[in-house]
Amino acid sequence: MSTTLLRTVPALRGALRASAMKPAAAMASTSFVRGKATLPDLPYDYGALEPYISGKIMELHHKKHHQTYVSGLNSALDTIAAGDPVKAAAAAPLLNFHGGGHINHSLFWENLAPASREGGGEPDGALKKAITEDFGSYETLVKQMNAALAGIQGSGWAWLVKDKTNGTLSIATRANQDPVTGSYVPLMGIDAWEHAYYLQYENRKAEYFEAIWNVINWKTVASRFEKA
Amino acid sequence: MAVTTYTLPKLPYPYDALEPSISAQIMELHHSKHHQAYVTNLNKALQSYSTAVGAGDIAAQIALQPSIRFNGGGHINHSLFWQNLAPVSSADAKPDAAPALMAHISNTWGSYDKFKSAFSAALLALQGSGWGWLVKESQGGLRIVTTKDQDPLVGGEVPVFGVDMWEHAYYLQYLNGKAAYVENIWNVINWKVAEQRYHGGPNDAFSVLKSSM
Repeated sequence: MSTTLLRTVPALRGALRASAMKPAAAMASTSFVRGKATLPDLPYDYGALEPYISGKIMELHHKKHHQTYVSGLNSALDTIAAGDPVKAAAAAPLLNFHGGGHINHSLFWENLAPASREGGGEPDGALKKAITEDFGSYETLVKQMNAALAGIQGSGWAWLVKDKTNGTLSIATRANQDPVTGSYVPLMGIDAWEHAYYLQYENRKAEYFEAIWNVINWKTVASRFEKA
Repeated sequence: MAVTTYTLPKLPYPYDALEPSISAQIMELHHSKHHQAYVTNLNKALQSYSTAVGAGDIAAQIALQPSIRFNGGGHINHSLFWQNLAPVSSADAKPDAAPALMAHISNTWGSYDKFKSAFSAALLALQGSGWGWLVKESQGGLRIVTTKDQDPLVGGEVPVFGVDMWEHAYYLQYLNGKAAYVENIWNVINWKVAEQRYHGGPNDAFSVLKSSM
């Protein structure tokens, strides 16, 4: 679902309608009802990213945290759709936060994969060439991304992004759940919220940032790169 | 230029003293690792800043400001936080330990319960890492404020008490159930310290920092 989501950002509602949304009460009514965002299934089991990310973290992160963003997004969209401009304006930060949380996590799950399957290794092909051109090497990309992650002051994300205007790759960080928008297309994200690693790594977040490269799904990243 | 070096202040109680509201494991990591990291990185940033001042390097000074704000804020906020918590069994953890502050709270919010609801709602509405504070403004009024990340309250208001809403403050015990953490934190607020800060000025609240230099 993430590629659909990506192609249509920032047309968020359209994207959600096309992908993770199910028409509410479709059986019961023939009149149009705006669909609801729903929690996407993980493309692997909760324990599949072990030992790099524990099954317990994955389960809470997906089933509880991501679900909360989905519910918050639906509630913000309902408020905005109700048409009261004061209430809609007040819901805008909630739309950004929960909508961003839904987008970011949906992208994140798909750019991870078990180390025994597509996870880890190094990018190849056109993506590898672009990384070498824009960062010097894969090792430098890892180093820069880890430094960006460590430098986040509070909750947030780091992304490998492609600039649509000139095709170059760079690293961008976002606070809290702010989604990557504008001329940047997110190719690969790493969640630096404490809930993404704390149960396993506690305060040793640098170890989490090192470990996660073992489960990056470069196939997904390459496919996003080609479509961007 | 001589640079002040900050040190990690001792907790005024053992790591397990706030159980069951906050587990000993959380308290130990929070104090000995997280707070220590803010102190260490604040000292590093201040040392670099001093070098940049000596060299007349204004660009380097400006570049260091976010790190001073973040790590200095982290040191200030946690120092205040440890002091405004107390074991549930202690007399300090009873709201009667803050008679003048309680009267002002009731006057402002209608009742202590209404204040608690408003404060709890503000804590739960934080998007990302941050803190909630009861402050006494320079004009004397009480107000609930939330701050992001480690932003400190350094605008002349008195931080009466604060609650840490970073996930590291509760996750090992409460997981994603942050509402339960917020509910239980009320059992360990040190109302005696809150009353003292309420009667004092901003500098009195920061006395704990002076002693950690």
